[in-house]
Amino acid sequence: MKALVAVKRVIDYNVKVRVKADQSGVDLTNTKMSINPFDEIAVEEAVRLKEAGVIDEIIVVSIGPKESQEQIRAALALGADRGVLVQTDAKAYPLQVAKILKSIAEQEATDIILLGKQAIDDDNNQTGQMLAALMGIGQGTFASEVKVEGDKVNVTREVDGGLQTVALTLPAVITTDLRLNEPRYAKLPNIMKAKKKQLDEKTPADFGVDMTSKQEIIKVVPPAERKAGIKVASVDELIDKLRNEAKVI
Amino acid sequence: MAILVYAEHDNASLKKATLNTITAAKQIGDEVHVLVAGSGNQAVAAEAAKAEGVSKVLVADNAVYEHQMAENIALLVADIAGSYSHILAPATTTGKNFMPRVAALLDVSMISDITAVIDAQTFERPIYAGNATATVKTTEDKIVLTVRTTGFDAASAEGGSATIETVTSVQESGKASFVNEEMAKSDRPELTSASIVVSGGRALANGENFTKYIEPLADKLGAAIGASRAAVDAGYVPNDMQVGQTGKIVAPDLYIAAGISGAIQHLAGMKDSKVIVAINNDPDSPIASVADYFLEADLFTALPELTSKI
Repeated sequence: MKALVAVKRVIDYNVKVRVKADQSGVDLTNTKMSINPFDEIAVEEAVRLKEAGVIDEIIVVSIGPKESQEQIRAALALGADRGVLVQTDAKAYPLQVAKILKSIAEQEATDIILLGKQAIDDDNNQTGQMLAALMGIGQGTFASEVKVEGDKVNVTREVDGGLQTVALTLPAVITTDLRLNEPRYAKLPNIMKAKKKQLDEKTPADFGVDMTSKQEIIKVVPPAERKAGIKVASVDELIDKLRNEAKVI
Repeated sequence: MAILVYAEHDNASLKKATLNTITAAKQIGDEVHVLVAGSGNQAVAAEAAKAEGVSKVLVADNAVYEHQMAENIALLVADIAGSYSHILAPATTTGKNFMPRVAALLDVSMISDITAVIDAQTFERPIYAGNATATVKTTEDKIVLTVRTTGFDAASAEGGSATIETVTSVQESGKASFVNEEMAKSDRPELTSASIVVSGGRALANGENFTKYIEPLADKLGAAIGASRAAVDAGYVPNDMQVGQTGKIVAPDLYIAAGISGAIQHLAGMKDSKVIVAINNDPDSPIASVADYFLEADLFTALPELTSKI
């Protein structure tokens, strides 16, 4: 079986973002970039399925600027077999990304397609679902457990009231939640080996996908600031403030 | 053209998230229809018909919709999408699961988690874990949106008298089936709609301390209980109690954070709360920068004292 894993280059999750003064977006100059944390979990899950003998080959794809190859190399160092960089400087919206991933998944005849449930920059939570719809296959979103049994996969999903398990016919799309696994660290020899692994470079045009979207971000502003609060000295003072000043209890 | 709102429900009753979504729909246009897809869900349809501002309720009552599987629901919504300009669902796990599928079937882009309606084509939404707000404009013929329920007031559950119409279309993908579910049982108010939330973090140290220190305070206040990711990962409480970028988004009147440092990802889930109280022994923790009232204290003495004095 083959797995396809999609990874996105995003601002590191620990970075406090700054909105640009011209309201055109978030300032990314000289900020630390990483693999989207949910995608790292997707890579880890694919590697574990390979270690369990379920999967033979893991292909990792990233769609974005040239620098996204750093994230592909990082995924290769974690255990993926080869990479595909679909290079574009256009803003990659989920529908266009899903269309490219569909082409690759079909060309490579992959059985399990793993994505993070959302990218921590755009917070869309759309791409995996769109990909499954375009391919006409099942989806196991927000997965916290994945069990492959023959030509089916059972996925336990994190839903609002608790957990739900669904059975999907392969091929299927799975999007990862944080609790699916604990990603490993890449060891130095593996980082060196990853440099020699195959990395194909493509463009969206190779898949006949036009990156223009009918959606456009008009402006980006910082959220409303909360006014500074006060320190209370005791529980009594806290209760007094909540009752008489904030009037919330 | 009319606007379609997808109803969130459990086949027995309508969830409040639907009423918040109806409010968002009313800000876009006048004619709002609600789709109630499920199994044995006629009572839910009757409830939806009473919601203020709804002119028509569509009921799809079939076993294939019982668990709201995205594969089937998306086919159904795409099938009836023809007569609607906008399709909205609450940004719950159900809405997040099937709506992007609807958009892809219609070959349109989608806007997730809107917090404000500027006009029929322009919306606001948070990005970067709520650290920036984007204004997004779409020129798609059909506009597919999920709605952050804490961004809109709930429409009144009474006062409407919509007509109820049956949808006969039965859509089954055959690619996915429901196996089982384990729902956390609780008599407390639902976390996302509670007016008071008491949350605990890693400093609680174990699950028993949640029961001993957090629960009595929540009981006294009639509050829901939340948790930080650290508390969930450590196994103190189930994951559906997690508040944050990857968990639930809450905006209660009062949010009490006990033993939570206030990582960016946690703040993303609660910083729109009206009043934030933090109880922490570290005055330099990031939660102090968003708290209206900060009590520097050991939570194991402060929580029982607070519980007994309220």
